[in-house]
Amino acid sequence: MPFSDEALARLDADANQIIAKYPRPRSALLPLLHLVQSEEGYVSADGIAYCAARFGLAEAEVTAVVSFYTMYKRRPVGEYNVGVCTNTLCAIMGGDQIFAELREHLGVGNDETTPDGKVLLEHVECNAACDYAPVVMVNWEFFDNQTPDSARQLVDDLRAGNPVRPTRGPARLCTWREASRILAGFNDDQATDGPSAGPASLVGLELAKEHGWRAPEPAGSPSAKESS
Amino acid sequence: MTDTLTPVLTAHWDQPDSFTLDGYKRGGGWQALPKALAMDPDDLITALKNANLRGRGGAGFPTGVKWSFLPQGDGKPHYLVVNADESEPGTCKDIPLMMADPQVLVEGVAITAYAIRAKHAFIYVRGEVLHVVRRLRHAVEEAYAAGYLGENILGKGFDLDVIVHAGAGAYICGEESALLTSLEGFRGLPRLRPPFPAVAGLYACPTVINNVESIASVPSIVANGADWFAGLGTEKSKGYGIFSLSGHVTTPGQYEAPLGITLRELLDLAGGVRAGHQLKFWTPGGSSTPLLTDQHLDVPLDFESVAAAGSMLGTRALQIFDETTCVVRAVLRWTEFYEHESCGKCTPCREGTFWMVKVLERLEGGHGTEEDLEKLLDICDNILGRAFCALGDGAVSPIISGIQYFRDEFMQHQKEGGCPFDPAASTLFGGR
Repeated sequence: MPFSDEALARLDADANQIIAKYPRPRSALLPLLHLVQSEEGYVSADGIAYCAARFGLAEAEVTAVVSFYTMYKRRPVGEYNVGVCTNTLCAIMGGDQIFAELREHLGVGNDETTPDGKVLLEHVECNAACDYAPVVMVNWEFFDNQTPDSARQLVDDLRAGNPVRPTRGPARLCTWREASRILAGFNDDQATDGPSAGPASLVGLELAKEHGWRAPEPAGSPSAKESS
Repeated sequence: MTDTLTPVLTAHWDQPDSFTLDGYKRGGGWQALPKALAMDPDDLITALKNANLRGRGGAGFPTGVKWSFLPQGDGKPHYLVVNADESEPGTCKDIPLMMADPQVLVEGVAITAYAIRAKHAFIYVRGEVLHVVRRLRHAVEEAYAAGYLGENILGKGFDLDVIVHAGAGAYICGEESALLTSLEGFRGLPRLRPPFPAVAGLYACPTVINNVESIASVPSIVANGADWFAGLGTEKSKGYGIFSLSGHVTTPGQYEAPLGITLRELLDLAGGVRAGHQLKFWTPGGSSTPLLTDQHLDVPLDFESVAAAGSMLGTRALQIFDETTCVVRAVLRWTEFYEHESCGKCTPCREGTFWMVKVLERLEGGHGTEEDLEKLLDICDNILGRAFCALGDGAVSPIISGIQYFRDEFMQHQKEGGCPFDPAASTLFGGR
């Protein structure tokens, strides 16, 4: 469906802000695609046409970009997109089993959405949280150290509308559209929510503190003189 | 004698507000920028050269030398691009760094941009880490408000705009030239070099592109001096780095140590391989670095020693696998990843990764033959050094090294008509 006048006005205002940040306008294409995804939940033909018009490109040129990147969805998806990491390390640590059990539990295949429109299940590649394996992402927030049981509870809660909290993330889990808007360039108010670091990120630091290990003081610093 | 662990980048991650400007300043942050702005930019580049910081994104190219390649007085705008597209399987250091301490990256960006005479800097962060995107943007906003970014920074006449740019899901965009193409709003295809980004990078202008950890190391080098940094590490691999342990290890996580620490030492710190199990194979720096085994526990983890052992230091992403792990399954899964992420631009990588998956599937299913192993190695030979970019080279690493160390295990699948391993035994929850 073509965008309503109201939606267009909103898109135009946001798009102007995004494009103005870049030295050359076309650099704003990826953020703008996140933006149209936040409007409709996916990048539709209308979303592509909108971006093409903004940059004076052919729709085919924009489509070529959209199809290259896995985060742009080409058809309606879930309110919550659940991605199970099945790259080697997470897969072996249990990601394969989690993914298989979620498929069965939800009755959907890879990249399919539950009939209530709540949850899309997909397998994702390494999400840079290997020390928290097996990892599940929901709308690109971290759910660390998952088991088949915890993952099943997670999707049940998402479908029931119960609040769920990312392991290393904000108090409130964004919807898919809200997440896309953040990626486009507009933060919500949750940047300072959540921990600085998860437990695994801190194991080396804690060990160093326990043993009194630290980097040497630079030459000439007061404490370096003390110790010499 | 240097301590076993030397937290610098990770030193303040345990503070509840380490990601805020106030928290960062309390830990000594934003003291390097005034020092840098009082220096001549060329002297800063020299200081980085003297420190001999080598790129922390995997390739290990000296950062100061990279900066010095930019032509000066050329009349073109210069750009700084931070490669925050951390996607190499096993690699998980930049993401926690940007979540816990984005300010140190922003300070590094400000110093580096001043050194290379750039007025625009970009942090290209992978899109799949929403909270890290929030934190980065918040850090940039706070730095603007405090006068560390924007116009006439600290009254020194230096202007800098920093843009946090979220990617959209493509491993290839971690390859620097593909990242630049993506940042220009195109499909993320790599470019032929030369010309190198230092001459014709973003918008065909001189561009420095560095990894997150490299740029985040700059403030401590400027604050403490090149000699301080070069006093850590080994003869040719200076300084400290974050070592990421994952997999079948008792305490997985981030360990910051001087380069040259060994896996044996790191495993000691991490409580060893998980109880009741033994080390089978590991990656020193992500899946694109050839596998190593328990023969290599005492290899110093620096650029030269790991290369001499037949692999690469890479991103210090130490993925640990014990004896319950099927190497064929592991190698096939990585190969599927490379096939999925191959951008399709060059034939060896596009076609080669496709066929390698087919052959490996057959081997894993127990229908492979000795000839299949030779075929795999032949395909690898036709990709390695012949692909357009390093993705192809990375794709053959697990296969060649997997066959080198575990040839019998590939053939055992044929003898037993399938995989002899129980995948449940490898999981953290023992199949439940």
